[in-house]
Amino acid sequence: MRRIIISGLLAATLAVSPVFAVNPDEVLDDPALEQRARNISADLRCVVCRGENIDESNAPIAHDLRLLVRERLVEGDSNDEVVDFIVERYGEYVLMKPNTSGANVILWAAGPALFIVALLAAGLYLRRRSQAKDTATALSSDEEARLKVLMKD
Amino acid sequence: MVADMITELGHFALILALGVAIVQTIVPLIGAHKGWRGWMELAVPAATIQFLLVLASFLALTYAFVTSDFSLQLVTLNSHSAKPMLYKVSGVWGNHEGSMLLWVLIVTLFGAMAAWFGGNLPQRLKARVLAVQSSIAVAFLAFVLFTSNPFIRIAQPPFDGRDLNPLLQDPGLAFHPPFLYLGYVGLSMAFSFAVAALIEGRIDAAWGRWVRPWTLAAWIFLTIGIALGSWWAYYELGWGGFWFWDPVENASFMPWLFAAALLHSAIVVEKRESLKSWTILLAILAFGFSLIGTFIVRSGVITSVHAFATDPERGVFILMILAFFTGGALTLFAARASTMEARGVFGFVSRESALVLNNILLAVSSLVVFVGTIWPLIGEIFGRKISVGAPFFEAAFTPFMVVLALALPVGAMLPWKRAKLGRVVKTLVPFFVLAVAIGALVWAMQTEKTALGPIGMFLGTWLVAGALVDLAGRTGRGSVSNRLSRLTRLPRSDWGKLAAHSGFGITVMGISGLMAWSVEDIRVAAIGETFSVSSYEITLVDVRSEQGPNYMTTKAEMRVTQDGQPLTTLYPEKRVYPVQAMPTTEAAISNGFWRDIYLVIGDPQDDGGWAVRTFIKPFANWIWAGSIIMALGGFISLTDRRFRVAAGAAKTRAQGVPAE
Repeated sequence: MRRIIISGLLAATLAVSPVFAVNPDEVLDDPALEQRARNISADLRCVVCRGENIDESNAPIAHDLRLLVRERLVEGDSNDEVVDFIVERYGEYVLMKPNTSGANVILWAAGPALFIVALLAAGLYLRRRSQAKDTATALSSDEEARLKVLMKD
Repeated sequence: MVADMITELGHFALILALGVAIVQTIVPLIGAHKGWRGWMELAVPAATIQFLLVLASFLALTYAFVTSDFSLQLVTLNSHSAKPMLYKVSGVWGNHEGSMLLWVLIVTLFGAMAAWFGGNLPQRLKARVLAVQSSIAVAFLAFVLFTSNPFIRIAQPPFDGRDLNPLLQDPGLAFHPPFLYLGYVGLSMAFSFAVAALIEGRIDAAWGRWVRPWTLAAWIFLTIGIALGSWWAYYELGWGGFWFWDPVENASFMPWLFAAALLHSAIVVEKRESLKSWTILLAILAFGFSLIGTFIVRSGVITSVHAFATDPERGVFILMILAFFTGGALTLFAARASTMEARGVFGFVSRESALVLNNILLAVSSLVVFVGTIWPLIGEIFGRKISVGAPFFEAAFTPFMVVLALALPVGAMLPWKRAKLGRVVKTLVPFFVLAVAIGALVWAMQTEKTALGPIGMFLGTWLVAGALVDLAGRTGRGSVSNRLSRLTRLPRSDWGKLAAHSGFGITVMGISGLMAWSVEDIRVAAIGETFSVSSYEITLVDVRSEQGPNYMTTKAEMRVTQDGQPLTTLYPEKRVYPVQAMPTTEAAISNGFWRDIYLVIGDPQDDGGWAVRTFIKPFANWIWAGSIIMALGGFISLTDRRFRVAAGAAKTRAQGVPAE
């Protein structure tokens, strides 16, 4: 919500009039190429917005980047080449989906690793539980002592 | 003059509430430790008084907003005299200070409700629960009074206010925050029960039964709050997205996942007296993540490091609250958890172990969201500027939900203690085949071959069918009429389970259908021009300017037909709110069972035409319908007899009659 407010305010202060991101004049004539452009755009971040990709953003910089992506595609670049081209100029910050280099491995591995650890821990716990003696109906030592007292009477 | 008085009284009531909260934190705790009856009993009236004081304060602030009292800085910054009444009221929580006051109001409301309805709780436990709950109120009352005071005046009141952000002037969003806070803060009750049980050093089936309704209520509110927010984003932002994996959204999603895990593990505590310490830990984590969420939203530390720098005081204050409560509770947990002896024994294949799997999947997926949300911050430690957006979460989070959806129908039908997997599988095989067949059919029917749609439809069908088979199985064997009559006598929690699990299935179908088969069209259309999108023909009939109560609008009239048959006429708008000089899009949506037609009007073009954006969004409404059915399932469970009589369990036991 905040992101929207901020980008909205930004849009207002910069006096950008377009209310939506991809404008008709940006769209490529070749539908296949255009679809590729849209897919690439969805994974690139608008650098001045809060977490919006360039496909959704109204900001002028996003507009420029959208045109740049389409320009490269028309030149015959592959999807990866287009992304590399933009990362080279704007840094890895533009990637909505971080790469797996360096410490980012932790980010990607966290889920599967946690899952495996949790499964192992649960497996050990379940084995203990299934072999334990059922105490659900047993009395605690206090209760047993009290019972003895009561039985005496 | 009177208005001045009311505001000052509201401010004073808030200060008084802090005093009461401090007393209510200390006195009952000592009373419970020493066994002093009177000291323990103090907690009940204190909780009521505390709630009434904060309520008075909240009403005073609402009064200031409704009467547009611009001598209050907060009103000036967030309201305007020409604003519709609904948004004057919702403007109270449409800003930081007011929303924190609402937050505190709900903390004290839950405390008061525990005092009112907890008549049959053991006295010691009740005193401790109310004291812990009150300590949370102390922290947040202090936060409001010292860093975010809504009652600050300005010496020279302006003639009119600066208005509420127009994006927030919307019925869907007016009620989104209160629901969300009821959910966040509702989890504080589970937390208070957990900490009280740790202090007590014991936890039994009755504890599980007391904690579960509060968790369930919190989860219901969170579900509704999140669904409202996502629905709002869908129709208001003008491109039909419904979930952005934004840190602020994740902040509400993480506690929701933990609450879902907690309300399942509490069943195991209640029915089988197992998973006790794990359930306590989940209760602490669920509220801990509510606090983390508050921290993320309030400090802005993750969305932007600069926002944190502009107001470090608030961020640091909440960080301290977070550290104190989760740190303190986890320390207590480490010291005391080993005393929580498990009792029930169960085999590798059993309902218990299925619920363990449920808990693992929900907790791990929530932690994945957490790691993704804070990763940009960690990246900065390594000197890298990294963004983590929707594509990451879709890749890293979704697999866990797929596994959850696959396992759910089987796990939900396993008997307690020791189960035979074969028997359950045998019952479910025909329905699994049915679900696969539907998935395959969808695969064959779709024009673009994506895996997402068919897989989603398969999982959704599997979940809904599984939930129905589960309920049918509860009626046992015998003739149809016997089983039908048993169906009407099933406990409400069984019906709640049916609704919640099939609601999940419906949401899964909605999300995958929408994401897989959404059609989009962007073009310039002249007035009178007809164009076709998917199987619909759309005509831009007219565009005109109109004046709203506090905005100006450009309104288009667009006719939609299908195969020459008129379907509907839609009026998408583009508004400008002059006070904040901000444009908003008001998409026009024709809601349908199978699809939404979603129209957006853009800017006039040089050639006299208008930019027009058309979306066909299949299954869109299933997302929110499923969420509401999930919440409804929670509500039905909440009215189950055993919760209504739960409080009585302690009494009957004391009289020597075994509970149930």
